[in-house]
Amino acid sequence: MTNARFATRSELIGILVLAVFLVVILPLCLDVFRLNLVAKYLTYAFVALGLVICWGYGGILSLGQGVFFGLGGYCMAMFLKLEASSVENTKIQSTPGIPDFMDWNQITALPMFWKPFHSLTLTIIAVILVPGIFALIIGAAMFKRRVGGTYFAIITQAVAAILTILIVGQQGYTGGINGMTDLRTLKGWDIRPDHAKIVLYFFEVACLFGCIFIAQFIRHSKLGRILVAMRDKEDRVRFSGYSVANFKIFAFCVAAVFAAIGGAMFALNVGFMSPSFVGIVPSIEMVIYTAVGGRLSILGAVYGTLLVNFAKTSLSESFPELWLFGLGGLFIAVVLAFPNGLAGIWQDHVQPRIDRLLSSRKPKPAAGWTDNSVADGAPAE
Amino acid sequence: MLVGHQPKEFLLAVEGLTVSFDGFKAVNDLSFYVEENEIRVIIGPNGAGKTTVLDLICGKTKATSGSIQFRGKELTKLKENQIVQAGVGRKFQTPSIYDDLTVFENLEISFPRGRTVFGSLTFTRDAVVRDRVHEVAEMIFLKDRLNMSAELLSHGQKQWLEIGMLLIQDPDLLMLDEPVAGMSVSERVKTAELLNRIIKDRSVLVIEHDMKFVEDIAHKVTVLHQGQILSEGTMEKVQNDPKVIEVYLGH
Repeated sequence: MTNARFATRSELIGILVLAVFLVVILPLCLDVFRLNLVAKYLTYAFVALGLVICWGYGGILSLGQGVFFGLGGYCMAMFLKLEASSVENTKIQSTPGIPDFMDWNQITALPMFWKPFHSLTLTIIAVILVPGIFALIIGAAMFKRRVGGTYFAIITQAVAAILTILIVGQQGYTGGINGMTDLRTLKGWDIRPDHAKIVLYFFEVACLFGCIFIAQFIRHSKLGRILVAMRDKEDRVRFSGYSVANFKIFAFCVAAVFAAIGGAMFALNVGFMSPSFVGIVPSIEMVIYTAVGGRLSILGAVYGTLLVNFAKTSLSESFPELWLFGLGGLFIAVVLAFPNGLAGIWQDHVQPRIDRLLSSRKPKPAAGWTDNSVADGAPAE
Repeated sequence: MLVGHQPKEFLLAVEGLTVSFDGFKAVNDLSFYVEENEIRVIIGPNGAGKTTVLDLICGKTKATSGSIQFRGKELTKLKENQIVQAGVGRKFQTPSIYDDLTVFENLEISFPRGRTVFGSLTFTRDAVVRDRVHEVAEMIFLKDRLNMSAELLSHGQKQWLEIGMLLIQDPDLLMLDEPVAGMSVSERVKTAELLNRIIKDRSVLVIEHDMKFVEDIAHKVTVLHQGQILSEGTMEKVQNDPKVIEVYLGH
């Protein structure tokens, strides 16, 4: 049997099915407007994916993933905004060459921290590093002191609230409550027309699969099993010679970086970034996507995100007031009835039937734990 | 004073160890020494501070004062994982295993390699790891349960699994907190046999109430009472100590 470094056979099939769904079926069935909506939904799938690692496997519930989504999104948006604010585009301003909102706030020179965002390379580095280092600082401050569980969740909420207030308050530097709008080109390539939207959609899907593979690698490494072990018996892991805090920090940083990539994709695909994607409510919504998809399932996170967002769009189009109740009800239903979300339902009810169907055609050795040799790295599920 | 060259001969030297919780001294000026390859059993009534002593040695509880020297290293200054890496292994009172993982994975996590974040990302399950896991699994009577989810094991099997997880760590000092508690008679016999096999080449510190079991394995017994040593010596000596009979064995 193969030593599963990335995925077992059934996981590989699952990834393939998702790839066909996202790369072939959706682009063929949807018009550009709807496809761009899917692109927007998928930006949250990055966050949900990070939460599977951090919350599902590591047991660390972060209610502040919007922070990292926002940091990544703002980094990307700053680059796009600078490009859109060329001297000739902004010649009617009292200070040409700086973003319009700065001009409106009587700022006359580009602040220092904006300067690196003239370069795309530095921007891409910043998209990864800024949220990564921020998560490292929060993680080190909390986990080294053994702050965990509910307390940690509350603190991440507080961070989300603080960052929102900061962004809204520093209007001259951040664009305030309106965010950064009117993003136009990426290295001179217009990101607004339909064909650009399609290209960006495929680029995003490619990045998403990149993240899925990283998540799969983590899940199948010993680190993935240590995360599960930690969630279960933290002390046992500690007294087996591991620094539990470091593993938690790692999981939290991975989740933060995934969320940030999602944020950057959001700025590119949707064409703006605002503090309304940073705060408490979006952060909690992101947790709900993961819960609905199944917090232990990497692919479930993607489906959960798509499903909840489709429901959100269609329901809030017809009953705008009811949506929040629907979302709350959904979360309660998932927690009470399907703690492992869609992926749990699939595994408990659909997968066994498929297996039975397959095994009736092709006789296999007796089911159960005895038929796996130890060499097979597949964890029992 | 013996202090001069004393610590070199002992594997573990606990001196003047005190811990107080809000003024209550759970362990009070405790000193004892464990030699290489010695099996020391700590007995005593409930609340005597037995588990606290193990907690102090493995770093779970920080000492208020005193020192714990292990092979010349001061353990009170180290973090839990550093203490483990120095060679101290600890089994908890209730079986502490990972329910969501298989028996194989439980044992593998304790294998002393790839204990850093990046070490564990690049860890590969090679022949050395597999052979060692199989070897230990055979010792702990779980050879044919390797791919079973650990939560499905019986209570006694869980205790063995945790002992196995410690074995694979290969500690120089093994600390066991009530290893046979809650076990059936046949499981106890098997556990005593298991312990007798694994204590070769290492020192063991055991907390146990089962006097029959203590008699079987102990080289030396320390009786704790109210955080202090009441008596220490061979089983025979301790059993005939009137103070011990009064506070502990008499009941």
